[in-house]
Amino acid sequence: MSELRFEKTSIRVGHGARALTAVDGVDLVVPARSIVGLIGESGSGKSTLGRAAVGLNPVSGGRILLDGQPLARQLRRGAVQMVFQDPMSSLDPRMTIGDSIAESISRRRIRRATDRRREVERLLELLDLEPQWADEYPEKLSGGQRQRIALARALAARPEVLIADEITSALDVSIQGSILNQVKDLQRQFGFSMLFISHNLSVVRYLCDQVAVIYLGRLVEQGPAEDVLSDPQHPYTRELLEASPDSGGPLVQPGGILHAVGDGEATDPHHPPTGCRYHPRCPVGPAVHPDRNACRTSVPLPLGRAHHAACHFAAMTETPLTATT
Amino acid sequence: MTARTSSSAPDPSTPSPARRLLAGLAKTIRTPMGATATVFLGVVLLAAIVAPMLWSGTAAKVDATALDQGPSGEHWLGTDNLGRDLLLRVLVAARLSVLLSLSATAIGISLGLLLGAAPWLLGPRLGRLAAAFVNIAVAFPMLLMTLFFAVIFGVGVQGSVCAIGISMAPWFARLTQTLIAGVQKRDFVAAARIARVSRFGVLRRHILPNIAEPLIVNVALAAAAALLAFAGLSFLGLGVQAPEYDWGLLLNEGLSGIYVNPAGALGPGIAIVVAGLGFNLFGEALAKVLGSRHKVRTFRPRGASRTVSGSGGHPRQHATDGSAGDAIAPAGEVPVLEVDRLRVSLDTPNGTVSPVREISFSMKRGEALGVVGESGSGKSLTALAVAQLLESPLHVEAATLRLLGKDLMAADPRSRATRRFLATSLGLVFQNPTTSFNPTMRIGPQLAEVARLHQDMSRRQAGARAVDRLRAVRIPGAERRAKQYPHEFSGGMRQRAMVGMAMMGNPSLIIADEPTTALDVTIQRQVLNLLEQIRVENQVAVLLISHDISVIGQFCSRVLVMYAGRVVEELPSADLRTSARHPYTRALLSAVPDMTADRSQPLATVPGRPVDPADRPAGCAFAPRCTFATAQCHTAEPPLQEVGSGGTVACWNPQEGAVTAVQGQVQQAGRGQA
Ligand SMILES: Nc1ncnc2c1ncn2[C@@H]1O[C@H](COP(=O)(O)OP(=O)(O)OP(=O)(O)O)[C@@H](O)[C@H]1O
Ligand code: SF4
Ligand code: SF4
Ligand SMILES: [Mg+2]
Repeated sequence: MSELRFEKTSIRVGHGARALTAVDGVDLVVPARSIVGLIGESGSGKSTLGRAAVGLNPVSGGRILLDGQPLARQLRRGAVQMVFQDPMSSLDPRMTIGDSIAESISRRRIRRATDRRREVERLLELLDLEPQWADEYPEKLSGGQRQRIALARALAARPEVLIADEITSALDVSIQGSILNQVKDLQRQFGFSMLFISHNLSVVRYLCDQVAVIYLGRLVEQGPAEDVLSDPQHPYTRELLEASPDSGGPLVQPGGILHAVGDGEATDPHHPPTGCRYHPRCPVGPAVHPDRNACRTSVPLPLGRAHHAACHFAAMTETPLTATT
Repeated sequence: MTARTSSSAPDPSTPSPARRLLAGLAKTIRTPMGATATVFLGVVLLAAIVAPMLWSGTAAKVDATALDQGPSGEHWLGTDNLGRDLLLRVLVAARLSVLLSLSATAIGISLGLLLGAAPWLLGPRLGRLAAAFVNIAVAFPMLLMTLFFAVIFGVGVQGSVCAIGISMAPWFARLTQTLIAGVQKRDFVAAARIARVSRFGVLRRHILPNIAEPLIVNVALAAAAALLAFAGLSFLGLGVQAPEYDWGLLLNEGLSGIYVNPAGALGPGIAIVVAGLGFNLFGEALAKVLGSRHKVRTFRPRGASRTVSGSGGHPRQHATDGSAGDAIAPAGEVPVLEVDRLRVSLDTPNGTVSPVREISFSMKRGEALGVVGESGSGKSLTALAVAQLLESPLHVEAATLRLLGKDLMAADPRSRATRRFLATSLGLVFQNPTTSFNPTMRIGPQLAEVARLHQDMSRRQAGARAVDRLRAVRIPGAERRAKQYPHEFSGGMRQRAMVGMAMMGNPSLIIADEPTTALDVTIQRQVLNLLEQIRVENQVAVLLISHDISVIGQFCSRVLVMYAGRVVEELPSADLRTSARHPYTRALLSAVPDMTADRSQPLATVPGRPVDPADRPAGCAFAPRCTFATAQCHTAEPPLQEVGSGGTVACWNPQEGAVTAVQGQVQQAGRGQA
């Protein structure tokens, strides 16, 4: 199947005074038949990158390739599809479920109305939904059911790559598991590659073969999922892991005393910091070690082979990152 | 494949958009305002259709014997200077007046739609140009534009129709643009574009159907405006020219003879008002009906209507607050919060629904209690009931509801003393830090407002307290930040400021309803640690509500698990993974993978969907989704009973043993309907 490759991809969004570079020189490969997780905090550029892969955001620098071919032509045949976060807004309330799904079925592949209808029913069944829902409007469906229909719509185009943008974060916990199981099954069955955007590290670890961590538009760490999440090299990845409520570590410090560097929040993306963008809040960076001036002045390049981190001091992974008193 | 539960199928009667619109129209006609409008419009339309057929000859007949007469039995409104009957002329003029205003509206709408959809069709760059053009055009008053174009196009019917149509277009274009902008951001439009549907196709298939309702409402309003504009033009002599006549022209003629025959001006005047009102009211009524269908549920903090339940209620079925209270509170110390058999109900046409029932718990000073459950399980309603923030269709009942020993069920929620007591002893933090602040007010004064109202502080004292609180929630540069507006704060800072606001009094209890759901994990950790610090340092009890059982487990010492409006299990959070007994609690714990989950195993799932409080299954509400359900579960509701390890559980078949994530063990990992 197909490999999705971002080469030095930069994406500018907005216009006029509010324009900003949401994604800055990202190099990322989603290998054929594998699932790559993309994690990072809100506003870091995850969705912008995902939407660029389906042509919803124009690329302002670098390029995106599908199997070595420029994306535009591949998109025309529906090779890349996307499922969105908000189940309430992802289906047209004024269109029947069947019509919504049929819209994604290529007319070249299936032409006759009855065949298209049969394909819609087959897809609904594939997702464990009632085939006769094709004539219904989505109004009364639950979030989980809507997300399945959104999946069916994406699969209707026979995608080679699927972009899944926080597809379970709006769902109740009891529903999430079955959607994740289903996504995993479908991926195995059809062999599409997948970019799985999420902020839940345990879900990413469970589902993905590889993980990429993005901070303020730049990839800071990338590698095999198990590796990155059990032995993170970049201070930001470690911060994420520590803050994850089910990472095993204590989420709440005794007495609630937490020592964050800076004010512990991402900087204004309109004015990203120089050098390493993480430096104002990095617990092993110049705010704590004044001699580490390199972090302020030069952009760290990704180091390492299969598993690499973009940090000048990645090798010196001493000390716990957020010290407690 | 698993068996499909019939309850998970959508109601097969979901109407198509066209039928919804018709239903909306039908409903509109039945509202008082809609009925009035329909009568008005009916009269006008009837006149427009029938009058010219019957009387156009008579109304044009010159009668030299009856010039300029006043009202009489023969001529109800009198006659004009050629002796023509004025009533007949007003009725006959209905057709031309209505027809012309509708044509002008049609031109306005067509042009407006085209112009309004241009930004969408032309893409961003040219689109911005089109939008800018519309913005400039809208800045001119419509009347001025109409006059301008009427002069350009020349006197007469055609010129006036075009003038009114064109001057209405920018206004419609603006409306269309705004409506499209709202729909175009929705994900289904993005999905259609990924499916390579052309821009025009997306407009026709996805956008127009979704903006049709508000557009139609505005068409009715625009028709009223066009009618008035046309009457105006004809009145000024720019519109309809004799021998043709419309209401405007009749009004003009009537006005010149007003001292001879006032009824001559009154007749066309009333006709214009009736027709204008008809269109206008119809638009308003339609808007109300269509708008109410999209209404989202909102809570507004105010007094609630409540009924105090008699003390001789049903016998206690469990010992939650007894045992927990005794075990935790040292003898003699008043618990911060005591809740016994709390129930929230709502009267619907189909009977009383209770989204929250039989909730009992108590909290001591500095305790962290967690409430976990899925959306719709009644977590938020419980919190709002405790805070006395529920509004009238919802009513609260409880055998006991005491805050710091004060009986809230007996207190008048509107009295100043009660409000002051609540405002100073109870702090609230809600989920969405963006909507909890007034965007037009600086943060500092917003915090200070509470203290000035309820703690009798001067402006200066309250301001100083606000800065102090902002500092306490670790907002860097608190003094400077207090002078900023909410939008200048990041999401995490806003939520910390919200905690600061909750700390303005000296609360003994903070209720935090999903305080971190909208935040990133790193910010979530900050906010949780902040709450923890406040809890420890000031001995503030924290009631934390969340759907995330890991967050609750880490922050709280005890957990209440809610399902379908009731507590199904209560236990120390340290025991969650080792001795949770209720199948629902165990399912919640195993449904999310943790960092040690076995990747080769499918995730545990809970089949079925959450319960609708209006349609709660008999017996145990979890039974349709529970793999351990027995016959008894479907008929009898299990009581909340004490179990060995200091917890309670409401289940006929409580489970034993540790819970591990990701296994088919807790629930068989069938691909459930979700
Ligand atoms: N003002 C209201 N009028 C009618 N029904 C209401 C109102 N507020 C809440 N409900 C209903 O009460 C039930 C419980 O709502 P509540 O918001 O307390 O649940 P929740 O568990 O906190 O959900 P979520 O996690 O989505 O916030 C829901 O079915 C809801 O639709
Ligand atoms: S480059 Fe410097 S500032 Fe950036 S993450 Fe590494 S140590 Fe921290
Ligand atoms: S009472 Fe029965 S149906 Fe309800 S949770 Fe227990 S075993 Fe399941
Ligand atoms: Mg809630």
